[in-house]
Amino acid sequence: MAHLAWLIVLLPLFSSACLAGFGKRVYRRFGKKGVDVLGVGSIGTSFLLAACLLAYVLSLDPDKRSIPSALWSWFPLEGKMLDVSLLVDPLSAAMALMVAGVGFLIHAYSTGYMDKDPGYPRYFSCMNLFMFAMLTLVFADNLVLFFLGWEGVGLCSYLLIGFWFSDVEKARAGMKAFIVNRIGDLGFLLGLYLLFWLYASSPTMPFAMPELRADLSPLLETGFLGQNWATWVTLCFFIGATGKSAQIPLYVWLPDAMAGPTPVSALIHAATMVTAGVYMIARLSFVFVHAPFTLGVVATIGATTALFAATIGLCQKDIKKVLAYSTVSQLGYMFLAMGVGAFVSGFFHLLTHAFFKSCLFLGAGSVIHGMHGEQNMDLMGGLRKKMPVTCATFVLAALAISGFPLFSGFFSKDEILFASLSSPLGGPVLWAVGLFTALLTAFYMFRLVFLTFFGESRTPDAIKGHIHESPGAMTVPLVVLSILSVLGGVLNLPELFALSGGLARFLSPVVAEFPGFSHALHESSHLEVPLMGVSSGVALLGIALAYVFYLRAPGLPYLFGYFLRPVYNLLWNKYYVDEIYESAFINPLLQTSRFSAKADLVVIDGAVNGSALMTRETSRIAGLYDLWFVDGLVNAAAEGTLRLGRWLRSFQTGAIQNYLSYAVGGALLVFWLLWALVNRTV
Amino acid sequence: MQSFPLLSVMAFFPLLGIPVILLLPQSKASYAKWLGLVFTLPSLALGVVLYGSYNRELAGVFDPASFQFIERVPWIKTFNIEYFVGIDGLSVMMVLLTVLLCTLCMVASFSIKQSPKGYFSLFLLLETGMLGVFISLDFVLFYVFWEVMLLPMYFLIGVWGGPRRVYAAIKFFLYTLLGSVLMLVAMLAFYYQAEPHTFDLIRLIQSDFSGVTFDMFGRVWDFSRVMFLLLFIGFAVKVPIFPFHTWLPDAHVEAPTAISVILAGVLLKMGTYGLMRISYPILPESAIWFSGALAVLALINIVYGALCAMAQQDLKKMVAYSSISHMGFVLLGMSALTETGMNGAILQMFNHGTITAMLFLLVGVVYERAHHRNIDGFGGLAANMPVYAAFTGFAWFAALGLPSLSSFISELMCLLGAFNAYRTITIISASGILLGAAYMLWSYQRIFLGPLNERYRGLADISTREVLSLIPLAAIVILVGIYPMPVISLMQASSRALVNLTTLGV
Repeated sequence: MAHLAWLIVLLPLFSSACLAGFGKRVYRRFGKKGVDVLGVGSIGTSFLLAACLLAYVLSLDPDKRSIPSALWSWFPLEGKMLDVSLLVDPLSAAMALMVAGVGFLIHAYSTGYMDKDPGYPRYFSCMNLFMFAMLTLVFADNLVLFFLGWEGVGLCSYLLIGFWFSDVEKARAGMKAFIVNRIGDLGFLLGLYLLFWLYASSPTMPFAMPELRADLSPLLETGFLGQNWATWVTLCFFIGATGKSAQIPLYVWLPDAMAGPTPVSALIHAATMVTAGVYMIARLSFVFVHAPFTLGVVATIGATTALFAATIGLCQKDIKKVLAYSTVSQLGYMFLAMGVGAFVSGFFHLLTHAFFKSCLFLGAGSVIHGMHGEQNMDLMGGLRKKMPVTCATFVLAALAISGFPLFSGFFSKDEILFASLSSPLGGPVLWAVGLFTALLTAFYMFRLVFLTFFGESRTPDAIKGHIHESPGAMTVPLVVLSILSVLGGVLNLPELFALSGGLARFLSPVVAEFPGFSHALHESSHLEVPLMGVSSGVALLGIALAYVFYLRAPGLPYLFGYFLRPVYNLLWNKYYVDEIYESAFINPLLQTSRFSAKADLVVIDGAVNGSALMTRETSRIAGLYDLWFVDGLVNAAAEGTLRLGRWLRSFQTGAIQNYLSYAVGGALLVFWLLWALVNRTV
Repeated sequence: MQSFPLLSVMAFFPLLGIPVILLLPQSKASYAKWLGLVFTLPSLALGVVLYGSYNRELAGVFDPASFQFIERVPWIKTFNIEYFVGIDGLSVMMVLLTVLLCTLCMVASFSIKQSPKGYFSLFLLLETGMLGVFISLDFVLFYVFWEVMLLPMYFLIGVWGGPRRVYAAIKFFLYTLLGSVLMLVAMLAFYYQAEPHTFDLIRLIQSDFSGVTFDMFGRVWDFSRVMFLLLFIGFAVKVPIFPFHTWLPDAHVEAPTAISVILAGVLLKMGTYGLMRISYPILPESAIWFSGALAVLALINIVYGALCAMAQQDLKKMVAYSSISHMGFVLLGMSALTETGMNGAILQMFNHGTITAMLFLLVGVVYERAHHRNIDGFGGLAANMPVYAAFTGFAWFAALGLPSLSSFISELMCLLGAFNAYRTITIISASGILLGAAYMLWSYQRIFLGPLNERYRGLADISTREVLSLIPLAAIVILVGIYPMPVISLMQASSRALVNLTTLGV
């Protein structure tokens, strides 16, 4: 039954390959329908299978719910074999169901959104490939296969951000995403190197997660700078997470990634890929619990990012940019949860966020679709009447993300805030930052809602007449996702409710617990209800403020903008982080590269050519010497021979008398010589 | 099977084609390409046989009994020179790579119009030379093949090359000759040092040269160190290792497409192959002594090569520099002297051979159409050459080491193996992966993405023949990426034996 996971993973790969190879032909022969059957059908099937798989896992005994499923041997490392193997357990089954489910809805939505796009088959090929990579990441049993999925989703993200590649800005955004992610990936790889090195003398294959979990001893030894090795390994992995999950300092690619089609933003850059870092920490929680220092870093970075991105989100005008910064901020929330040891709460927020944020993105997509590509909120307003379904679902999802009582985001966010205050790794500062971020979140989300759907229309007349509600293919997924956004909280209700803690119990065999975590939470359980009250109040306050600012007194934002000009500029320009990176890293790198190439040409090749020149010069001098001296001698000899010959020729007269006299003379000479010789010997 | 001289037939069959091609009447000169292909295919077929019947358990390296397909005939008895060929896990991959690439390059050369008879004859001679190098187990034989290969290469670049072909050909020739001369010195020194005098590589491995010294220039030199250095320079020129690399960009840029493929795909591997076959096993103690320096050079190759690649304007030059960077991983894996590193190095040699072949073939496709290779001179080609853009994207991602494609595994193995030996060097080397992504994607963006350059609206997409020469390579890149064991098992026993021989002396 666990082999089912393979089918879930490989179906999207199959359809992706088919579409890549024959998509255009299918499109021409059968039209859109043919592509839909492959591209959406495969994901739908994967979703149904994932549901079956989860049901199967639920039907097992809680302690037997971890089932590896190896297919073949991948490659050997120092005699230890690494398998291509999937792991079905509660965590992967739950995540896979979310990925396949949300993925299916977004694929269905895409059939409406991407309708008429000439790259229709290519789009679905890339989306399906993404689903394959993401599901591989989710099910991977070892860290190398995990990394395959990890970079695979990055590839698809690159392909889809730059989907409309004729626009050079979009192509650049895709490239930026891939390269920034690669920086993080170097950290991840370094973690792999460290693990491999630490386990060099052990029979354990450290990349296989179950094996690693069974033998943590080399990680617990004290390593570099007095920290144990688990700390260093997890820090390396967390660097990878900051790239993939868009945390400080590597978050910069995500806002630019909005260049892709909006369903892509919903699927990849909100619900699934960007949460891979959070998922990774949940997966490896058994290592992270031994690394309190890393957890501290995770919580700090998470909280900082949550606040930082939320402030930027306050004054963006592009509807998708607001949602992008909101995603960065909510991911920070998840890392805050992970960092204080509340792994289940972080994962819970991952799930609820997937529901409401994909609903928000798809809603934004519906708005953009209806507005014929316009994304500037300054040109929207009053869309409520023209797009009632979009508006209703959007408001529900916005209430969920703002933490409106009893909506899904309320429960997940509340758990995080509670844990960040009472966990042994948490504290009042983290809690306060989280709470303030919650206020900002409610504010900017409803700023977006009011600017887009309420108030007077600010749309130019040219577009105004054409605004329309989106087709059913788009609104049905919106409705489903908005229902999930409202009700998603039942997955893990707090202890006050019946059916409480379902998710926590389900995940408990997989997710490790930081020592003393549940005890500390239990100790401070009396705070839970008051905290809930506080966070509800904050959510309502944020919504109310947005109401005042953007509906009751629309002059207020301008007033603030006027008096707090520097602050506004700083936020509007996103703290100038892109510019800083450009001058601090990119330009120096390009300069170094140009310098290297120049040095190669001038110095090294110069030396080569110089030595060639020297050899040539030496040989030229040798040649001259040869010509004038050596050859001079030779020529002199030749000249001498020639002259001698010329002189001798004068004897060749042709007159027989002369020859006879030479002969007689010669004979006489010979006789004389002989006579002289005989006399001497005697 | 033993009685059939498979290796000799494989290596010398292409030679038979030369008289046939040369006897073609001038009016039928265009048939030369078909004859070239016909005389390459049997070697490829034998390569398939070789792959099927190769025994993966046997290590070879230093044990004459476990070499396979051995043929041994006395040649010049006075000096104990033999015609001694055979293969083991170090060479089998290279032999397979050579026959594969030669066949594909024959197909890729079909567009050669200028004196095809000469071109294809020289190509066949080149194939014999290359195969000979990889199967020789006698130093003299190795040397002879090494030089034989040089001659056709010189003419192929010098006659059929680009505008600066003569400069490039001479540079290539002299550079390699410099290396060969040093190798010749080492070869003779080994001969006289070994008792009994021999050129047999395996006997040389069994001789112990450690501790031997000699006097020269008024001081005492360690024989083994000096020999290692001489051989190293000879091989380093081929790899090429910094700072002996500047012949490569010129040769690549000027050579015709198929010759660039052979150059990068096969010839470069001879450098690292020579180190594995000759330097490491004969002089293990020096190999260890020099390994740190080798690792540093590998680091320079990786990072410096990548930085230079990033700055190039000429697409072919960029690919040439990327070869320098990627060959650095081979060197890094070797220098670690761990099993994983050595496996990674051999696999990386193979993978680089297939991937870089794709890169050069693809560069050739656009060059044939647009008649220039200036990266900034294109723009938006994906719009009217979608299939070409897709193949190029695939090859580009293969080159930057995307997991699930072959080079990811070999680079990972090289780096993992190296990390156990050199922490800092490996961490810095890993940045080559990032730089690789940067220059690859950047060049891709400038050529294929953005608005279409109107000058190239009429450019035809990649042709079927061109696709045919790419598909086998692409299939191998994917297969080795997800299921590399059929390939790794070929070399595993040998690389383990080589590492053990070098580090433990057994």
